[in-house]
Amino acid sequence: MTFSTMIMRGRHKQIAQSILSGKRLDGRGLTDYREIKLVTGIIESAEGSARVYLGKTDVIVGIKIGIGEPFPDLPNKGVLTVNSEFRPIASPNFRAGPPGEKSIELSRVVDRGIRESSAVDLEKLCIIPGKKVFVIFIDISILNHDGNLIDASAIASLAALLNTKFSNYEVENDEIKIKTGYTQLPVLNHPITVTVAKIEDKLVIDPSLEEERVIGAKLTITVEDSGNICAIQKSGSDYFNKQLILEAVKLTNEKIGDLRKIIVED
Amino acid sequence: MPIFYEQRELVTPGDLIADGDYMAGDSTYKEDDKIYATRVGLVNYEGRRLNVVALKAFYVPNVGDLVIGEVVNVNLGSWNLDIKAPHLATLRASDVLDRSFSPQRDDLPSIFDVEDLMLSKIVACDRTRDPLLTIREPGLGKISGGQVVEITPTKIPRVIGSKGSMVNMLKKETGCQITVCQNGLVLIIGKTIEKERLAIMAIRKIDQEAHTKGLTERVTEMIQKENQGV
Amino acid sequence: MTKKPLTLINKKNIRVDGRKLDELRPIKIELNIIGNANGSAYIEQGKNKILAAVYGPKEVHPRHLALPDRALLRCQYHMSPFSVKERKRPAPSRRETEISKVIRECLSPSIFGEYYPRTSIDIYIEVLEADGGTRCSGIIAASLALADAGIPLRDLVAACAAGKVEEHLVLDLNGPEDNKGTDMPIALMPTFNAVTLLQMNGILTTDEFEQALNLAVKGCEQVYTLQKEALKARYINVKEEVEEE
Repeated sequence: MTFSTMIMRGRHKQIAQSILSGKRLDGRGLTDYREIKLVTGIIESAEGSARVYLGKTDVIVGIKIGIGEPFPDLPNKGVLTVNSEFRPIASPNFRAGPPGEKSIELSRVVDRGIRESSAVDLEKLCIIPGKKVFVIFIDISILNHDGNLIDASAIASLAALLNTKFSNYEVENDEIKIKTGYTQLPVLNHPITVTVAKIEDKLVIDPSLEEERVIGAKLTITVEDSGNICAIQKSGSDYFNKQLILEAVKLTNEKIGDLRKIIVED
Repeated sequence: MPIFYEQRELVTPGDLIADGDYMAGDSTYKEDDKIYATRVGLVNYEGRRLNVVALKAFYVPNVGDLVIGEVVNVNLGSWNLDIKAPHLATLRASDVLDRSFSPQRDDLPSIFDVEDLMLSKIVACDRTRDPLLTIREPGLGKISGGQVVEITPTKIPRVIGSKGSMVNMLKKETGCQITVCQNGLVLIIGKTIEKERLAIMAIRKIDQEAHTKGLTERVTEMIQKENQGV
Repeated sequence: MTKKPLTLINKKNIRVDGRKLDELRPIKIELNIIGNANGSAYIEQGKNKILAAVYGPKEVHPRHLALPDRALLRCQYHMSPFSVKERKRPAPSRRETEISKVIRECLSPSIFGEYYPRTSIDIYIEVLEADGGTRCSGIIAASLALADAGIPLRDLVAACAAGKVEEHLVLDLNGPEDNKGTDMPIALMPTFNAVTLLQMNGILTTDEFEQALNLAVKGCEQVYTLQKEALKARYINVKEEVEEE
C-alpha cells in the first residue's frame, strides 16, 4: 500500500519494478553506492575545499573563514554557517534566484549533522570573547545534479573541513594581527550522513535523479564517531512505518564505515 | 462482516466503519476490504452501500447538476461564474446568443454583467476541464427576483426529500416557487417577502437538523404555526 | 559548552513545568475560528498558541503552477514577530522555510489530493506564541483545519516529539527542554501506523532512538484522541439530537 499519488508511467514504472525486484536499472544492488570520488584542496583561494562525485552527481564545497562577532548567548564560540546554491548550471530545473526550500533543507540538514556532533571545536575559534571570533562559511555548490545531493554535500563538507587551514594570528591591544603560517581547523568528530530512500516496502541507498522521481520518501540519518545518531530528517510526501525506520537505521550503520574510510583516510 | 459504527453514529476521518463486503459510498474509501470515513459526518447504511453524510463539505460539480452562480468575469466571448465549486464555471456567449459570437456586434456586459446571479445547468465537466454551463432550457437564465439561500451542499437531498416530498410540502405550505440547486443554493420566489422569509427559515432548519428523523413533520408544524401568526 | 546545573528534571523525575517524563502538556483545541477560511483550528499546548487555516480546494494562482493530476498542496509556517523573547524578523527565515516543507510533506499523504486536479489547497500556520514543539502543535491544528474544511482525508495526522533531556527520555519537550536536550518530533497517521514526519537533532544511541520513537508514537496516539474529541465537540449538538431519538 502506498499513498504516493504519483502517476507512474513508462520509465517510472520500469524503475519502480526493477527496484521491487531487488536489482536497479543501472545494475546496482539496492544498498550499493555509485562510485564515490573525492578530491580535496582544489580551490586555492578557499581555506578548505573538496569536490565529490557520486556517480554523475558533482558537488563542490568551499570553506572561507572570516572574522566576525559571536552570538550574544555563545560569546566564547566561533560561528559556523552552511549555505548551498542550486545554480542553473547543474540542472535544467534549477533557476537563478534566492535559495528555494530544497536548497535550504539541504543546508540545514548538513549543518545539523556538523553542529549536533560538535564536529568543529568552535571554542578554539574564539579570538576575543564576546567580541571577535572566526566565522566558518561552508558553501556548497551543486555542479551537476544526478540525485542524492544531501549525501554528496555532507561528504564534501566534512572532507573540506578536514583540509581547512586558517592563518595564525596574535591579539595585541584588542587588535588582531595575522602572522605567517597556518593552523589546521580543529575537527573533533566525523559525522557521516546516509540517505535511505523508500519505495513501497523496499529501502534503497544513493538514489539517482531518475530514481528520486519515483521515490516517495527518504530518511537522512547522520551518525557520529561513537556510533550515536546525531541528526535525522525525513523528506518527501510518503510515509515510513516503524519497522522500516528501524531497518533504515540499521542499514545506515552498515554503510558508515565505508564512507568514513573514504573521507577520513583520504 | 463486522461493523464498528452503527447507523447515524458520528465519525471522523480515518475511523474504520466496517470490514467486509460493503461498497464505499460518499465520504468514505475502501482499502483491503475495510471502509474508512474521510470526513466528519454521520454513518448511513443504504443496504450494502456505506455513506458518511458529511457535516461539512464543498460542492463538486457533475454533468446535469442545476446550479446558481454569480458572474465574476466577463471575457471576450464568455462569462465566468462562481458556482461555489473549486473551479470557476464558464458560460459561452454562443450558448446565450443561439448563434456564433461576433466581437463587433455583441456587447457581453450589456447581456449579463458582474454580480448577476444565473440559474444554469452543467453540460460538461471532467478532470481536465472547468465546468461548462448552459441556460438553453426552460426556466434557466438570469435571476431577477426572489431570495437565494445557501446551505451545506451535502444536505440538498434532505431539502428535496424522498421523491420530492420535502420540497413539495414547502411549496404547498408557503406558496413559494422553490428551485433547489445541487451546489447548495436554493432559489425562493414568493408572493410576499414574508412568505419568502418563512421558506428560508424552513430551509435553514432542514440544514441544521438534516440528520434527524421526523423532520418533515416538524418543519410542516413550524410553517403552519408561523402561517397562523402571519 | 558551559554546563549549567541539572535543573530541568528533579530527583523525583518531575519536570520544570510539573509534568511526568511521559506526560503531554495540557492541550486545548478550538475549531472554525477564522470565518474567511474554508477550515481553521486553534491550539494551545502548554504555552504554545497556534492558529491554522485552510483555503481550498480552489483555483491555483499563479495558474501555471496547477497540476494536471492532483491538487497543489502549499504550506506556510510562520512565526509572529512577538511570538518569541527576541523579536523575530517577519520575513520567512530558513528555519521557517524548512518547517513549511516538512509539514506540507507530512500532511500530504493524508489528503485525497487526486480528487481535485488543477486546484490548490493552501495551509497557513501562524505561531502566536512559541514554547518548543511548535511544528507538532502546528501539524495537529493544520490537520484539524483540513478536516474542518471538508477536505476528504485518509486519517488525521497527529504529531508529538520525544527526546532526551538530562539523561532522561521525555515526551513533548517544552522550550527550555528543547534548547538543552535532544529533540525528535514525529507525525503519525495512527490508523495506518504511518510515520509522515521524522526529524531529530541531538545525540541518541540506536537503542535510545528506538525507545524515543515508541514514546513519540504513544504521544501521537494520545494527541489523536484529543483531535477526534475536538472535531466531534464542534458537532456535539448533532450528536445529542441523534441520541435523543
